Amino acid sequence: MDWTALWLSLELAGLTAALLLPLSVFAGRWLAYSNFAGKGLAEALVALPLVLPPTVFGFYLLVAFGANSFVGQFWQALFGHQLVFTFAGLVVASVIVNIPFAIQPAQRGFEGVSVELREAAAACGMDPLRRLWKVELPLAWPGLMTAMVLTFAHTLGEFGVVLMVGGSIPGETKTIAIAIYDRVQGFDDRGAAVMSAALLLISLCAIATTFALSRRVGRRLS
Amino acid sequence: MALRVMARAAAPIPLDVEFEVMPGELLALVGHSGSGKTTLLRTIAGLWRPRHARVAVGDTVWLDTAANVDIPCHRRRVGMVFQTYALFPHMTAAENVIAALHPLARSERAKEAERLLHLLHLDGLSGRKPAQLSGGQQQRVAMARALARRPQALLLDEPFSAVDRATRETLYREIAKLRKALDMPVVLVTHDMDEARLLADRMVVIEKGRIVAQGTTADVMFDPAALRAMGLREVASALHARVEAQEDDGLTRLSTAAGPLLLPRIDAAPGTPVRVQIMAHEVILAREAPHGLSALNALPVEVVALKPGDGPGVLVQLRLGENAILARITRRSADAMKLAPGDRIHAILKSMAVARDHVRGGAD
Repeated sequence: MDWTALWLSLELAGLTAALLLPLSVFAGRWLAYSNFAGKGLAEALVALPLVLPPTVFGFYLLVAFGANSFVGQFWQALFGHQLVFTFAGLVVASVIVNIPFAIQPAQRGFEGVSVELREAAAACGMDPLRRLWKVELPLAWPGLMTAMVLTFAHTLGEFGVVLMVGGSIPGETKTIAIAIYDRVQGFDDRGAAVMSAALLLISLCAIATTFALSRRVGRRLS
Repeated sequence: MALRVMARAAAPIPLDVEFEVMPGELLALVGHSGSGKTTLLRTIAGLWRPRHARVAVGDTVWLDTAANVDIPCHRRRVGMVFQTYALFPHMTAAENVIAALHPLARSERAKEAERLLHLLHLDGLSGRKPAQLSGGQQQRVAMARALARRPQALLLDEPFSAVDRATRETLYREIAKLRKALDMPVVLVTHDMDEARLLADRMVVIEKGRIVAQGTTADVMFDPAALRAMGLREVASALHARVEAQEDDGLTRLSTAAGPLLLPRIDAAPGTPVRVQIMAHEVILAREAPHGLSALNALPVEVVALKPGDGPGVLVQLRLGENAILARITRRSADAMKLAPGDRIHAILKSMAVARDHVRGGAD
């Protein structure tokens, strides 16, 4: 068992989920409640990482974050080191790849709060922030919870993008998914089996949680 | 403070309406679905903005498209009861009311919520979630929540359409009673002419975004244009009365401005004010005080006006004390009787014509 890799993966997953939470609240809410020209395009962009091969995605991120890119140079000037092949670069890539897993369930959650309830909240004298806090979030939270759980689980299992952007530097960018690949390449079947089982268990728990939560939403809305 | 509303728009719903509601007055906006009445209510609340509109309560302007003033809904002091109540499902009855009380000091909110729930006969239910309440109870929580803001205008959007008939009757009575404690303008949106007649002081009948009739309920019921707009063939009017005594033979004696009225038993204590609904086609007119007739109720009335209807009928508006009632008779009868405004005649109301479920508590 590569504890360093597992810990790195958990750290990456936790950070990704934490960073995506505010984004999923505001983008999910915006997509749920506004109607604007190009909404279909915005939703397609959000869903894009779902269908794009991770290698393609990783390649573009590598180009975008590389030493010659604007982002790469900006990062270099700011922190004195490169963005690619670092944990920070991995976090940025992970956040972008996980956008659909964070925003889509959040959007569904907010869509479950009817227009009438939101209008009633306004008619009760609540300003927009208070409406969000008192009415929308308490009713949409199973959607947000699902978003966070899916993001967390998906980050643990992400392979292609992590390999492309992070390489496989132990303690820095070598996540558990990559460690498993390494073990298989090195004919350490036992090590790979233990880590795979651990990942399987974590993923199963995550999915079971989201299913339980969506049932809860279903009950509440019926 | 009076509520003044003006709205004009071509799309998406054509609107061309102007009206005023006095403090303590209940105005019914009556019309079919799609007539624009709910849009008007939403305009007052700040949930919709027509192309040209002005909404003001007293000196406070909430919306004036000409001056680019548009106060958002949460900063207009309105109380609104939604058609489906829109209670917050994750909050208890008390929390729903408290949700509209947040300008109040935290320590006073719970007490004020209890007071409002008590006012709406919801004692003991404050800890229940909306899903654990009946339709009628939910409606009352919605009403308590709407009153919590001490609104400058109370807006009721079809508030009785989601409850069964029996509950509706009870709620009518309670609203009528509650109204005495309300000093703000109240606007009720309804498609139900009966409901408007029983609860409202004045009616505005809207068709395709335009006012086709407005005035006191008695006047509007006498207006063929309003009746046509509502698709009404059977016209009725309301008569203010007070329960006087319960007779031994199962009848209830009511007193009206024009004399006593006998009705099948009404379960109400003597002194209770009621409105009695009288169907226009159930009223018989006579020149002389009738003798030897099986009908129990004959009241002296004065002819105010006659309006020919679409068919062979004539609608006769009669004054009865301070009330106006309507009789629908044939044009032939009207001619034979030589009816003219100012005539003092008798109206015979078959006691069975005043059906039990047409008797409701009303504001007096």
